[in-house]
Amino acid sequence: MKRRQFLKISGMLGLGAAGGSLLSGCGERPLPGTGTVISTPTICNMCFWKCAGWTHTENGRPWKLTGHPHDLHSNGRLCTRGTAGLGAYADRDRLRQPLMRVEEGGRQRFEPVSWEQALDFIAERMQAIGETHGRDRLALLSHGSGGAHFRTLLRAFGAWTEAQPSYAQCRGPRQVAFALTYGEDVGSPDRTDMAHADCIVLIGSHIGENLHNGQVQTLAQALERGASLITVDPRFSVAAGKSKYWLPIQAGTDLALLLAWMNVLINEGLYDRDYVARHTTGFEQLREHVQPFNPEWAYLETGLEPALIRDTAREMARHAPAALVHPGRHTTWYGDDTQRERAIAILNALLGSWGRKGGFYRPEKTPLAKFPLPDFPKPASDWKKRIQAEHPLAPKGISQKVVEAAIGADAFVKGLFVYATNLPMTIPGIAPKLEQAAQDLELFVAVDTLPMEVTGYADVILPECTYLERYDDLRNAPEREPSLALRMPAFPPLGQTQPAWWMAKELSKRLGLEAWFPYQDYKDVLDWQLQQAGSSLEEMQRLGVKRFPRTTPLYFEPDEMPEFRTPSGKIELYSSLLADYGYDPLPRYTPPEQPGEGFYRLIYGRAPAHTFGSTTNNPQLFELMPENTLWINPRIAGDHGLKSGQAVRLRNPEGVRSNPVRVRVTERIGPADLFMVHGFGHTAAGLRLTKGVGANDTALMHNIKIDPIAGSTGMRANFVALEKA
Amino acid sequence: MTRYAMVIDTRLCIGCGDCVVACKNENRVPAGLNRDWVVERTSGAWPRLETEFRSERCNHCDHATCVQACPTGASHHWGDTNVVLVNPDQCTGCKACIAACPYDARYITPEGYIDKCTFCHHRVEQGLDPACVATCPTRCMHFGRLDDPRSRVAQLLRERNGETLKPETGNLPNVYYLK
Repeated sequence: MKRRQFLKISGMLGLGAAGGSLLSGCGERPLPGTGTVISTPTICNMCFWKCAGWTHTENGRPWKLTGHPHDLHSNGRLCTRGTAGLGAYADRDRLRQPLMRVEEGGRQRFEPVSWEQALDFIAERMQAIGETHGRDRLALLSHGSGGAHFRTLLRAFGAWTEAQPSYAQCRGPRQVAFALTYGEDVGSPDRTDMAHADCIVLIGSHIGENLHNGQVQTLAQALERGASLITVDPRFSVAAGKSKYWLPIQAGTDLALLLAWMNVLINEGLYDRDYVARHTTGFEQLREHVQPFNPEWAYLETGLEPALIRDTAREMARHAPAALVHPGRHTTWYGDDTQRERAIAILNALLGSWGRKGGFYRPEKTPLAKFPLPDFPKPASDWKKRIQAEHPLAPKGISQKVVEAAIGADAFVKGLFVYATNLPMTIPGIAPKLEQAAQDLELFVAVDTLPMEVTGYADVILPECTYLERYDDLRNAPEREPSLALRMPAFPPLGQTQPAWWMAKELSKRLGLEAWFPYQDYKDVLDWQLQQAGSSLEEMQRLGVKRFPRTTPLYFEPDEMPEFRTPSGKIELYSSLLADYGYDPLPRYTPPEQPGEGFYRLIYGRAPAHTFGSTTNNPQLFELMPENTLWINPRIAGDHGLKSGQAVRLRNPEGVRSNPVRVRVTERIGPADLFMVHGFGHTAAGLRLTKGVGANDTALMHNIKIDPIAGSTGMRANFVALEKA
Repeated sequence: MTRYAMVIDTRLCIGCGDCVVACKNENRVPAGLNRDWVVERTSGAWPRLETEFRSERCNHCDHATCVQACPTGASHHWGDTNVVLVNPDQCTGCKACIAACPYDARYITPEGYIDKCTFCHHRVEQGLDPACVATCPTRCMHFGRLDDPRSRVAQLLRERNGETLKPETGNLPNVYYLK
């Protein structure tokens, strides 16, 4: 008998009719907005961009969401997903009450329980783990604002192990590479000054399809001003279609192109000599390093004509320093990702764009006092040494390592909290490990708004209310101008759902950790913080967003000699830290693996209608884009006798087959690759709209390339064959 | 006559569908029906390609064949403007207008009357842009009075080539696409 059978929450469990009147017509047909309209401020939670906006109700019914005009993330315009946020609230499949795994006659199932029962159970298990194994043996995997409250709870308990898949499955390599080069990360929102750039280079970053709102807006501004866009992508992305130059590179050879660009900039004397001399170290080593990598060499790797490589390098140089090579965001591709991101960082230094107008601005946050809490107890162990010692330069927890550290009788992690991150569709190759960990863990808690796949592994499922029904931490994002933004509830929480702060606070009472939750309501914390910043909760409930003046210049001053937080205090073209740790101090190109006979490279990406698998069950977005399709070049489609609309299954070399997925025959993908949008192919029974619709790229990933530096999971070395469905 | 027009810059449009969702919420459009939609057209062959995205809707034609086809007067121009509206109380749901519309912009509601884009005239009355225009993240959509030479739409059409869909119908449509 398995300790934990994987359970699917059926559609029947404690689910009544949802607020399904949202999209229905109206009998009396009054014009929209002529009733009583109430608008409350919110911060969008449909993705990580966190735009500020307003939730509008009319005559007490949900009406619409709009962007906040004073918000720099949205400039008054929410994106497709943000505009559809009411769909997350109205989703009839939402979790409504706590569920606990029970066993009867050898069969396991989830049973609705009271909060009292669920929280007592969790607290008892935590105490037991603490006594048997140590209080440091709990871990948190999270994504999103509410995770902070569980972090506080676990640290107060003595457990510091934590990871967010946004590191090892997304931004990790960029974060590490830019920290090594400039001493700091690009951050979020990305500090790219596209609004003022005259030349923008996108390498595999499909801005527009990834609808990072403010970023898309500034790219559009740049295009409207006539900035030249250079897009490197094996697919004719939306951005490629707007570009002056599209470089249809052979997938996986980006680093060869980057080295060749450096070669041209250096050998033709096109780099910013003054900037390089004043702010960088290691130029001579770099110059020497890139000598073999001329455009003729790169042509053989990338398939890009040498003249095109030279022209585009000169185009960047012509516009520098208002020329930026975008670092991208999802950067976990081939396992040498930190090196590729280092190359991007170095290229920007050669263009002199970091800290310059039209390059990368200096973001600023609002000084915001932290709510006073007691110091956390000293953890009993160094968890990073315990679970990810082989990646000493990784500044964050590595999500797959946390799961791996929960496998086995002598595992380090004995209790796991998963907050709002659907691990099986997020971390490649994790499903079997999660299955194993679920057998060994003594506590598995999942917190979510929907019965996502990950909840099927849990002992206890805690139902969170959506962002439209709760207060959360103030948004204090690094931006062009400092600002604060408030998320407040527009609706009472559905059913028995609760915000994360309430759950963590209730647990703290059972664990004797109340000192870390010294408030009645999280509003008290927000008001206290806002008062310190010269505002108040009452003011922010009216304003939604408050901007504050900058205290530092947006760009480097002409004579400024900024101190970079690197070992040398300079921009490190040659990374002394990488050398010290035995890695390549200058980026070295590794040719990508190629598919075998009958196989194609599977590349995946975003669509503007969805944030991965988190929104595919949203009724409004489901209506806009219910399924993903498999993009296939007409020639390959012809070879297989496939027409648009026909269904195929994908099979990886290990025999894993996807759901049937419809083919989209299009010239926008070359003959070597297949493309599909990530986030489809859900299997959770409780997701009644999206279950079984479309194919899941993550489940097909068999060849995961771990980046030795960042510890992240490269996901673009995966090959699939086509089978008729 | 007041001529309202929409001018959409296809060089900026990314086909994100935000206009579609904003319209549906603003106007409480029933599930499964749409007043606006996005069209993608790719031409050429790998790797010499062009892709165009267009947000489409009722063209609020000066010579609206739907208005002419309506037997009850339910389909009408809004006051002295080109904005085409349907009065649900007069509409019998006969669908003559659906057949007469060159743009397939009309649908029948579950209640049995015909509905379509109104250029959000309830917002226009308040000096606001239609919901689709107001939410567009790339600001590729513009709305205004063509009869006012100082308006952004008039200015854009003077500066750049604006094309309408199916001009050969003689309907004199008022949604323009900048290439």
